[in-house]
Amino acid sequence: MKHTLAILVENKPGVLTRVAGLFSRRAFNIESLAVGVTEKPDTSRMTIVVSGDEHVFEQVMKQLNKLIDVIKVSEIPGSDAVNRELALIKVGVDSSTRAEVMQIVTVFRAKIVDVGIKSLVIEITGDEDKINAMEQLLRHFGIKEMVRTGKIAINRGAKTVKVGK
Amino acid sequence: MAKTKIPGARAVIESLYNEGVEVIFGYPGGTVLPLYDELYDADIRHILVRHEQAAAHAADGYARATGKVGVCLATSGPGATNLVTGIATAYMDSVPVVAITGQVPSTLIGNDAFQEANITGITLPVTKHNYLIQDANDIPRVFKEAFYIAGTGRPGPVLIDIPKDIQTDLIEFEYPEEVALRGYKPKAAGNEQQVKRAASLIMDSDRPIFYVGGGIIISEASKELLSLAETLKAPVTTTLMGMGAFPSSHPLSVGMPGMHGTKYANFAIQESDLIIAVGVRFDDRVTGKISAFAPNAKIIHIDIDPAEIGKNVRVDLPIVGDAKNVLKSLLNHVKDGKTRTGEWNKKIGVWKKETPLTYRKDELLRPQYVVEQLNAVCPDAIIATEVGQNQMWAAQFFDFKTPRTFISSGGLGTMGYGFPAGMGAKVGKPDSTVIVVAGDGSFQMNSQELSTVVQNDIPVIVAILNNGFLGMVRQWQELFFDRRYSETCMQNCVDFVKLAEAYGALGLRAAKKGEVRHVIEEAVKSGRPTVIDFVVEREENVSPMVPAGAAINEILELE
Ligand SMILES: Cc1ncc(C[n+]2csc(CCOP(=O)(O)OP(=O)(O)O)c2C)c(N)n1
Ligand SMILES: [Mg+2]
Repeated sequence: MKHTLAILVENKPGVLTRVAGLFSRRAFNIESLAVGVTEKPDTSRMTIVVSGDEHVFEQVMKQLNKLIDVIKVSEIPGSDAVNRELALIKVGVDSSTRAEVMQIVTVFRAKIVDVGIKSLVIEITGDEDKINAMEQLLRHFGIKEMVRTGKIAINRGAKTVKVGK
Repeated sequence: MAKTKIPGARAVIESLYNEGVEVIFGYPGGTVLPLYDELYDADIRHILVRHEQAAAHAADGYARATGKVGVCLATSGPGATNLVTGIATAYMDSVPVVAITGQVPSTLIGNDAFQEANITGITLPVTKHNYLIQDANDIPRVFKEAFYIAGTGRPGPVLIDIPKDIQTDLIEFEYPEEVALRGYKPKAAGNEQQVKRAASLIMDSDRPIFYVGGGIIISEASKELLSLAETLKAPVTTTLMGMGAFPSSHPLSVGMPGMHGTKYANFAIQESDLIIAVGVRFDDRVTGKISAFAPNAKIIHIDIDPAEIGKNVRVDLPIVGDAKNVLKSLLNHVKDGKTRTGEWNKKIGVWKKETPLTYRKDELLRPQYVVEQLNAVCPDAIIATEVGQNQMWAAQFFDFKTPRTFISSGGLGTMGYGFPAGMGAKVGKPDSTVIVVAGDGSFQMNSQELSTVVQNDIPVIVAILNNGFLGMVRQWQELFFDRRYSETCMQNCVDFVKLAEAYGALGLRAAKKGEVRHVIEEAVKSGRPTVIDFVVEREENVSPMVPAGAAINEILELE
């Protein structure tokens, strides 16, 4: 099963290696990983999507908690959370396909952020499904390059993942 | 008034003073020259080893014998990598060690500079935590944290890597009073509700057994364990790491469980209806085939490390906390209850009588006899062991009475550990007799330390159970590979008496039963570092034995 983890860590060099090492050693594949600073400058937040055996997953959660630089580990539930990814997609176009691509962009409420003679760069944010759907459609026109950020996620409502006292 | 500034290396020494460090095991080199210059007139004893691996093992042995944090020191590159086996050994057995390494100057890091090794990267999976100091001002905080992390919670090794330029940078030194670690808050007390539930499970049980290990020794919970076991009249099985946690000659003791455990410990586990596991981790050498382990028992697991709970076996009642704390409050809850373990103890008594731990008592010099004689002459000795058959015989035939008297590499099974660890133990406990029960193979992995014990006058006794074989591997070859002794014979390769003498130590030999007692007494009397070459039966096996992967009641009795 897939799990989305929000991990609060010390904003220091080397922390990412420590966290990633725990997953790789137990043959866990990290499907995506996004890191950035939080509302507190000394704290970073990692959002990691992993899949693997349930029992092993529990072990990894406990091992993560043991890392000195890890302050808090929470699982973000699939429902009741806002999940977002950002992708930049470079699509090959010519005069006959340009309009159609632009139409898709409008339908998905994506943005065109660069226009070339033979290509467009499209920026899209959304959950994984939305981005996959867009990618599927654009494949017909020829995707020349794509980059995705990896998922970030936040609980809906008042619930927060925060450093305790 | 502005404080006077001191160089980083001096700040390291001041930090060590603040932590009460009395001794360091180390070896110098280019990137620790400023540190060694400060050590030259520091009030800290430095023991110059002959190989950095031995420095790490000695710091580990010192820590296990005293309960204090052991400290070792090495230069960058090869010095640091030589520490790795010792650090990994300490990690597997939860031993508090702080390892200090020099590093190439910060400006050169990452350039494949001369004697550069990414030691924080290398030791990442075998340390509890590690540091690369990038600013000399961080030295006091890092040392404060390192000793705290190493010594608290589930202890473990912490490495501090210090670039050479950081050692000469000037700082204003102030040692912090407290640590502020947001991500590290070890939990000492167990959940009171869980403890209550445990108490009622225990009072409801007919066939309880305590399964205890290194956690008892680390948290110094032996007294609590003894009261609890006696109050409940419940048997106690002690793992290799827990030797000494419960007196092995106590009527309630059933000895060691698992692969080379007593038959009656394994029978008791298999027939028990409640296992009270304290400071143990259900290692595969203990559980055997996990699906067949203790099929009739509920399991209470008490451990300070939440990650150990539910890792290998399903647990019915977990309690996260320090063993001493939890056992204390458990004792309060069971004190006045009536136990009904009478039948159970009778049954175990019969097993004990029918399947004792023994060996063939003929005229030949068998290794078990040597261990028995060591026990007879030095009943209060600290025993450090190497790895292999010698280690198992030491665990089986020496009578351990008190904690911190059995020092052995359990988790990693590191050959070459025992001698330097024994040396560290002797440094920490100079008034105790320290005996290293060694194998001829293992001893040769760090025998160079004879030079260290002679130079520093550390009178340990190395008792080599010399079978001319890598005995434990040979035993497996005999049993599972058709006696094809591939590369396990080492007979007559070295004269250990001459080797000892070459280093200026005392060398003794016994090849007959009648000589054993005398050489042990002579070694003790000499007060010198001593090697005794016990020329023992070559193909003696460690028995009983549960083959790897079998259930622990499927036991082989070996000749
Ligand atoms: C560093 C290391 N290498 C290899 C092994 C595998 N091993 C385990 S026991 C053993 C034989 C040990 O021989 P010896 O020290 O003579 O002890 P004996 O079993 O004969 O008592 C070996 C090679 C090990 N445990 N550690
Ligand atoms: Mg041998």
